[in-house]
Amino acid sequence: MRSLYISLVSEFYKSKKTLAFWAAILLPLIICGLITFGFYSSSEKILNYHYPPIMLWGQYCGAALNVMGLLVMPFYVIFMAFSVNNIEHKNDTWKTLFAQPLNKFSIYTAKYLYAVGLIFISLFLFASLTYGFGHLLQVLVPKYNFNQYNPLNILINAYTKLFLSSLGILSLQFILSLVWADFLKPMGIGFVGTIMGIITANVGWKYAYLIPYCLPTLSLRITKVKKGANPLDFPVFTQEIWTSLIYALILFIVGYFIVSRKSIK
Amino acid sequence: MGNYAIETVGLNFNFGNQAIVKDLSLQVPKGSIYGFLGPNGAGKTTTIKILLNLLKSPSDQVFIFGKEINNNRIAILKRVGALVEQPAIYGHLTGKENLINRCILLGIKKSKASEMLALVGLSDAADKKSNKYSLGMKQRLGIALALVSDPELLLLDEPTNGLDPNGIIEVRNLMIDLAVKHHKTILVSSHLLAEIERTATHVGIINKGQLLFQGTIDELHQLSKPMLEIEVDDTEKAGAFISKSGYEIAGQTDKKITIPFTSAQESATLNALLVQNGFKVSSLYQQRKDLENLFLDITKTN
Repeated sequence: MRSLYISLVSEFYKSKKTLAFWAAILLPLIICGLITFGFYSSSEKILNYHYPPIMLWGQYCGAALNVMGLLVMPFYVIFMAFSVNNIEHKNDTWKTLFAQPLNKFSIYTAKYLYAVGLIFISLFLFASLTYGFGHLLQVLVPKYNFNQYNPLNILINAYTKLFLSSLGILSLQFILSLVWADFLKPMGIGFVGTIMGIITANVGWKYAYLIPYCLPTLSLRITKVKKGANPLDFPVFTQEIWTSLIYALILFIVGYFIVSRKSIK
Repeated sequence: MGNYAIETVGLNFNFGNQAIVKDLSLQVPKGSIYGFLGPNGAGKTTTIKILLNLLKSPSDQVFIFGKEINNNRIAILKRVGALVEQPAIYGHLTGKENLINRCILLGIKKSKASEMLALVGLSDAADKKSNKYSLGMKQRLGIALALVSDPELLLLDEPTNGLDPNGIIEVRNLMIDLAVKHHKTILVSSHLLAEIERTATHVGIINKGQLLFQGTIDELHQLSKPMLEIEVDDTEKAGAFISKSGYEIAGQTDKKITIPFTSAQESATLNALLVQNGFKVSSLYQQRKDLENLFLDITKTN
């Protein structure tokens, strides 16, 4: 446990000056900022629709969630898996990392957990910024009715699902980035996978849920359908989420076996 | 076994079908500076990686401080510091941050970072990003990283690579200091014998994965047989005369003749003999084959 903690602290220390770390903070800040600016600058047009509060929140949250769920989330996860491993590939530091008196499982798990942590931070910020900026909009444009509905449940559910459904992709991409030092292979496979995921999810292929890259899109789509009926009623642990978690677990274990046999040439 | 910091017993290692290390039996005594010599591609770096368990060795072939490496990886690595190939440094971090990161991993006080920077003369560049460092500075940072845990055994793979003459002398003195004052064991690899000769107490010479020589530096010196070199006017005739007189000729050019040196007395006799027979001997001296040539010989013949 101690060596896991030590490795995690070191991961943070190493990456705090890198784009990967700041992306976790800047991405939600920029996307939520842009959407909020849009809602502020075209407030008159939006007010003309006379949305009920729940729909207004729905439109506002959906703007960020759709962008994230469809495209940004898979790529963001691919990028995180890449950068956590690339820091060692780029500097040729695997050899020193594995020459430290720490067990290999801790080193590997710390890297994985750090990537999970960065994704969590990013999505947590998305949810909190959506909530916070929504209320800020209410202050800036008092005619809005954001204050008449509490969207916390929708936000927490949707982002929890997004988070859990992305873990399958993370584990898969983590292995690819661990094995290959270059940028193109994991990125290329991730790109093709994501496009495939979007297509199969949209044509409603029966087995789309078996492709990890589909899962964020699928999990959010179900959220949207259910939201029309009763927004508080959609379950978090759906088939997509379980699939994602099973993928994540299996691939995490596979990754460890790769690491433990990895020869540092 | 108890006296060796490193002992390998008939170590074999392959990459696929290619044998990199063959039947290697290293014996590095505690407290020694062991020069691990060999031309590029001889298997030095591979051996060092095996000693760090970065490459998996067959069981019961590698012992560090008497312990089998595969079963005692963490316990052994706690006592070992290493610099392997190019120093592994996080380029986006400063020199000091690289050391602090290592302190975090080793669970030691962060103040050690500044101490190490001072030791390798990088205090002024402590807050400079390490990808802006020169090769020599990176090398020194690499040495600092290897030393930060105060290990009993240091594995240094070509530590003077890229250093200027001053830097080389500094590293050399640092190694002697660490071995003599702090009783560390140091295994230092190099492809230059001259560099090892001044510091090492023991030498191992490896070529194509095989250990060709292992022993103290004095034993290596003894391997090089002294020669008598004779500069004489007509080397062809003189050569014929010398061999007719019952001496073995080891080498002959148009300026000098080389024969094995046996004793000062014998040299004087031969000199008198040549002069008496009308040869003009301009110089006659004992020559010890230098270690560099010896090293080349050892690695060439195999």
